[in-house]
Amino acid sequence: MQVTDDRINAIDIRNAVKRYGDFTALKTISLSIRDNEFFTLLGPSGCGKTTLLRMIAGFEDVTEGEIFLFGDEIEKLPPNRRPINTVFQNYALFPMMTILDNVAFGLEMKGESKAAARKRAGEMLELVQLSQFSSRKPSQLSGGQQQRVALARALAPSPKVLLLDEPLSALDLKLRQAMRFELKELQRETGITFIFVTHDQEEALTMSDRIAVMSAGELQQLGDARDIYERPSNMFVADFIGETNLLEVEVDAVEAGRAQVHLGGGHQLSVDAVEGVGKGAKVHMSVRPERLYLSEGAEGPESLAGTVRANMFVGTDIQTLLDLDGGVQISVRSSNSERGNKRVFEPGQIAHINMEQGAARLLAD
Amino acid sequence: MGRRFDIKHVPGFLPVTILCLVVLYAPLLVVTIYSLNDSNSITNWEGVSLRWYADVFTGPEAEKFKLAAWNSFTIAIIAATVSTSIATLAATAMVRGGRFRLRTVSFGLISMPLMVPEIVTAVATLIFFNSIGFTRGYSSILLAHIAFCIPFAYMPIAARMQGIEDSYEQAALDLYATKRQAFTRILLPMMVPGIISGYLLAFIISLDDFIITNFVKGAGIETLPTAIFGSVKQGIKPNIMAISTMLLALSILMVTISYFVSKSDKKT
Repeated sequence: MQVTDDRINAIDIRNAVKRYGDFTALKTISLSIRDNEFFTLLGPSGCGKTTLLRMIAGFEDVTEGEIFLFGDEIEKLPPNRRPINTVFQNYALFPMMTILDNVAFGLEMKGESKAAARKRAGEMLELVQLSQFSSRKPSQLSGGQQQRVALARALAPSPKVLLLDEPLSALDLKLRQAMRFELKELQRETGITFIFVTHDQEEALTMSDRIAVMSAGELQQLGDARDIYERPSNMFVADFIGETNLLEVEVDAVEAGRAQVHLGGGHQLSVDAVEGVGKGAKVHMSVRPERLYLSEGAEGPESLAGTVRANMFVGTDIQTLLDLDGGVQISVRSSNSERGNKRVFEPGQIAHINMEQGAARLLAD
Repeated sequence: MGRRFDIKHVPGFLPVTILCLVVLYAPLLVVTIYSLNDSNSITNWEGVSLRWYADVFTGPEAEKFKLAAWNSFTIAIIAATVSTSIATLAATAMVRGGRFRLRTVSFGLISMPLMVPEIVTAVATLIFFNSIGFTRGYSSILLAHIAFCIPFAYMPIAARMQGIEDSYEQAALDLYATKRQAFTRILLPMMVPGIISGYLLAFIISLDDFIITNFVKGAGIETLPTAIFGSVKQGIKPNIMAISTMLLALSILMVTISYFVSKSDKKT
């Protein structure tokens, strides 16, 4: 099916393959990144996300396939001829140059006069609120400030796409959280397409318009944060993003968009059917612990009885582990508030586990 | 748990340390002090004087030493400059060139001369010059010095370059610099401390060389080490100590410069 859209995609990756000798780092990736989008490549280390980013930047050649930038084929161009700039993981600020010269470098190399380049660099430093440091050397700045200089330097030549390679990983937690908002703001203000690489799912979920989850050189799922969190398309995505109960189930019947399944201990459940899972299939079902709640008696037909094994206090939540018949274990999270925490069950007590509508999701593999 | 192991509490630590320091520095100290001796003898102390320093510049051997010093310094400067340039290019190719066949072999070839006994290099160089019919003299010394200084200049430059991550060059390319601009504007300035160390090392090694120089120099031309050796053969006179002390001072100066260059680099 062809999706018709007036706008040309910022980046179109068509059947891109990357091999190093016998090792295949990327297996036939096709991906479109829209104009003015905050797009995230998310995956564990070694999944190929950085390789893909470096192929877009031009630091790695493409073994097979094409990459288009606003309709122009670019995969054969050297990095200095692609109107794409990168924020490097270690920032790679030039240590012998001042902050201003660092930011002006790209503009000068593009052929602008020294004066014009410096004027624009000054404006960029204002944008990231570092004007007062313009004559300092990078080593005289803190990690967070260096990060903002790297951003200003990459944005100064007005690239068509900005690539960010795990730019927040070197910062401490508080600063990292603050920078998330700043990055998102900056993307909205400049209107430039951002492609952000991270292994941190929280970063991906909070900042991105769309996320591509990658593993073992393959695209696992593409969607917005809610899609990926609430409707994971496979075991990997369900397990990698957030916390979940992965339960083995067997499908008894599929009818009118609903699937009748049973758990190891014989518990019957009715859940939304998914494509590719038919009668008799033995698959996994993902249920997020925060979409479950406990009660004394059964509330509704999708209620399971279990024995409380332990309660864990996790600050914002209370997590309860329950044992069901047939060796099934389920974790339930309830909010640590007067509203959410209606009743805490002690270990050994029997409680009923109730599922919110649409909380359970069958996974095809 | 016992106390943490501390080398300072090993029996005999202090005497061994002092012994090593004495063996290392006592001869230098003696030479320096006796260079200020106002005596014709090298063993009898007769008071402080600078007469032997004056003797180096005005005495009967002054002309010989001046010429030898001129040769030594011009050879050292040219040899250090040429070998440092070659070493910089070699380091750029080998550290930055990515993986290529024979890379390990190349690295071995460029650093091997450091491990070959100098006398072997000296004999081999002499035989080589003879076999191609090269006239021995100033230029044969210079060529030999350029050749054996390359590995010495290469080591600090390559070490420095290995410490520069690929991302700096990539950042330059990413910001529209050509490969050439990335090298001259970014890589080269970042390599400067290594290049200065390499240059100073090559300079000192060339200035100091005796064995190879003695083999390839031919008759009628001297560098400072060979001139000093020639004088010593006729008996050690106090002026030798004065020259030695001046060379020592020069070395200390060079090491100091090298130290401050690397220190100022760490600050930026």
